[in-house]
Amino acid sequence: MSFDLLVNALIAGVLLGGFYAAVTVGISISFGILDIVNIAHPAFVILGSYIAYILNARFGLDPVLVGILVLPAFYALGAAVYQVYYVSFEKRGKEALSGLAFFFGLLFITEVLLILVFGVDYRYVQVAYIDANFGKFLGTTALPKIIAELPMRMLVPCVMSIVMFIVLLLFIKRTFIGRAIMAVSQDALALQLQGASPVRIKRIAFAISIATAAMAGAFLIIIQPVEPSVGREYIGRVFAICVLGGMGSLTGTLIGAMLLGVAESLTATFYGPSWAPAVSFGLLLLTLAFRPSGIMGR
Amino acid sequence: MKSRNFILIAAIVGAALFFVARFGALSYGEYVFFAGYTVLQYVVLATAWNMLGGYTGYVNFGSAAFFAVGAYTSVFFHKLYPLPIPVLVVAAAVVAGLCGLGMGYLTLRLRGAFFSIATLALAVVLQTLVVNWDFVGGARGAYVIRPANVDMNWLGETVSGFIAHNLISNYLQYLFLIMLILAIGAIATARAIERSMLGFGFAAIRDDELAAEASGVPTLKLKLIATALSGAFMGMAGAPFPYYISFLQPSSAFGLEYAVNSIAMPIIGGTATWVGPLVGAILLGTLQQVATVTISSAVNVLLVGLLLVFFVIVAPNGLVGVMQKLFRGKPGAQT
Amino acid sequence: MSAPILEVSGLSKRFGGFVALDGINLRVTQGERLGLIGPNGSGKSTLVNCICGTLVNEVGSVHFDGRDLTGLITHERTRLGMARSFQLPRPFLSMTIADNIRVPLLYAVNAHRETRRTEDEIVARCHELLWLVGLAEKAKQFPRDLTQVDMRKLELARAMAVEPKLLIADEAMAGLSGSEVTDIVNLLITLNERGITVILIEHIMSAVMKFSQRLVVLVSGKKIADGPPDTVIRDPEVERAYLGQ
Repeated sequence: MSFDLLVNALIAGVLLGGFYAAVTVGISISFGILDIVNIAHPAFVILGSYIAYILNARFGLDPVLVGILVLPAFYALGAAVYQVYYVSFEKRGKEALSGLAFFFGLLFITEVLLILVFGVDYRYVQVAYIDANFGKFLGTTALPKIIAELPMRMLVPCVMSIVMFIVLLLFIKRTFIGRAIMAVSQDALALQLQGASPVRIKRIAFAISIATAAMAGAFLIIIQPVEPSVGREYIGRVFAICVLGGMGSLTGTLIGAMLLGVAESLTATFYGPSWAPAVSFGLLLLTLAFRPSGIMGR
Repeated sequence: MKSRNFILIAAIVGAALFFVARFGALSYGEYVFFAGYTVLQYVVLATAWNMLGGYTGYVNFGSAAFFAVGAYTSVFFHKLYPLPIPVLVVAAAVVAGLCGLGMGYLTLRLRGAFFSIATLALAVVLQTLVVNWDFVGGARGAYVIRPANVDMNWLGETVSGFIAHNLISNYLQYLFLIMLILAIGAIATARAIERSMLGFGFAAIRDDELAAEASGVPTLKLKLIATALSGAFMGMAGAPFPYYISFLQPSSAFGLEYAVNSIAMPIIGGTATWVGPLVGAILLGTLQQVATVTISSAVNVLLVGLLLVFFVIVAPNGLVGVMQKLFRGKPGAQT
Repeated sequence: MSAPILEVSGLSKRFGGFVALDGINLRVTQGERLGLIGPNGSGKSTLVNCICGTLVNEVGSVHFDGRDLTGLITHERTRLGMARSFQLPRPFLSMTIADNIRVPLLYAVNAHRETRRTEDEIVARCHELLWLVGLAEKAKQFPRDLTQVDMRKLELARAMAVEPKLLIADEAMAGLSGSEVTDIVNLLITLNERGITVILIEHIMSAVMKFSQRLVVLVSGKKIADGPPDTVIRDPEVERAYLGQ
């Protein structure tokens, strides 16, 4: 076992993990906190990727910029989806089967629509730094080898993901709405007594979760070319991370994401990339079987 | 109506259907049997899904996994030592049933949502295993040559000659017949469950699992039974598939259309009884056959997804529920 | 006199850092009518859930009819003869009233007897139970058509279908009018006269006083009183903690 290989695998895993956290944080909100099984979340992420692709192809915009630009649109989309979900299922009390089928339908429809519009070819973005590594990007040779050789296409998404994560954490801890979102899962009545409408809070939270998908999608297409079925690979990953980290704990999500990223990277390096999808799903099954409350379990 | 009589009537209807198909094939060619096989396959899948999803309320997103398990069991034996299809069906039932049992044991003690996510996970894990398993062809796929006709020599010359001439002219018709029998079997089983003590237990779990436990229902045991039965039937539906399609790739065996259709057909038809999945499978299955030929296969699958979301929002009790409302004024549980 | 049908010893239950129950000791003799009262959040429902197996207590034990229930899951305890009704009625909404009774009849009783009941006997028994609680004419209706008091009667009928030795009625009368409360109390007394031990958990003091032969008070997860009703309600600590509200 080459030491260099191991170190590279670990670094790649950590960078990947940072990105996985960005993809998962939406599920941590919608499933971990709001208890809504939005398995269509990865579809929204892929949608974000395709939007980044279009705007990058037509106007040459950087994907991260595109992600920020479409945040309001995704927020509105999230609010709309929640409204339909609430009126059709949550209010009627028929959440379980119907709600799951609803989101599964959304997942499926999104994937097929993307196939119809874009076809099954891989799409990628053209960005100046995408093939460079960190040292080349900064234009210096003064950095230690390990840091200089960090690939930009992994580094940028990882760093931006962590930034987004920190912003969300601050929002949750410092603002009234943020704290209300944490509270609504535990005591909707107390919230009502304080004058806040639980439904409105939940809608805001869900809208935020979909907005994060816009950013995550932009990050995704920097890391790898996308095609419509890529979303399905991420279903297992996001739920594995969410459960592993402990439902509803944002810090747990970050830890879980890092763990999964490293596990997948090691598997891909030493056993081959075709085994990677099994890692996340296998980890999910094991966690559900033996420690369903996760690492930071509530 | 007692189960025995129901099976008799279903068998007669099935036989009639077979002869209608043969007659139709004279004008429209073997395509009648191709399309018919697919529709019947969906009847089995939809009915199987409903045994778990409709009766107990636990949603399985990984129907494709169990279907593929059945298909690959056939491929495995084909490469090892070819067996007649009825034996393969039984083998597939055992393997798929055990998979269902295993997965259920790991996840059924948790909430329904976790079970559903785990079914997705299972599908991907199994697909990855198959893709990496060269003996059954891996990602490249496996060829399973369809024999020209069924080997009936053991029946003697006159009998086999009579059958070959008048009943089953080729292997495709034989496959159709097998799927027909499986469909009848699945429906009869679903119906028998509904009317039995097991059916009441399932419904109690679906309505309120906590109250069911307090009423003495062994919820875990019943859920495991439902998962194993559902998985077994899905596996049986998959067993003849390699012979039908002649070239089996993981992407087709684990195809998303199986997952969507096994959920959409019961939900659109109606999940409360055995009638819903049958109605849903026949309607949607036929619709898709028509759409695939006239428009495109991607659009037809999109339609299924749209219909699923529409029905789940507007008519959660399915077409059967709508009919009941129209004719009785109040939807009620009865068989 | 009679052997204890239920014996709770040193039972404690925590949720994270919160201690819901702290070393509860309780002994219930066969045929008794026990009342259990206490302020909201005192742990009454938690205690019921631990006794029935819905929650698992970390410390202490529950013995039923001389048998240690540790490790037994809810439906196993039900089959041993322990029934409970839920605070908020939990009927099986997709089934008729009669079928709601049929489920516990089939699973708690029929399933493991040597002589199983025939279909006719089952139907007859369902009707008998419905007649007992006064729901006989509504047998073919659905739970959504029932009034509040009828739903609670259905809850009790379902608990009765289990053929219990012990019935735990968890706030079976919340939200009912005066005459409806009397209805339910009389029903519970009738059941007790048939030999069933009944534990009544309630806030409505008139019902509790009329019904109970013995009264237990729970406050903040601890038992603070246990004795004849008249003595207990005059206990200064009980007055301060609960009745003074």
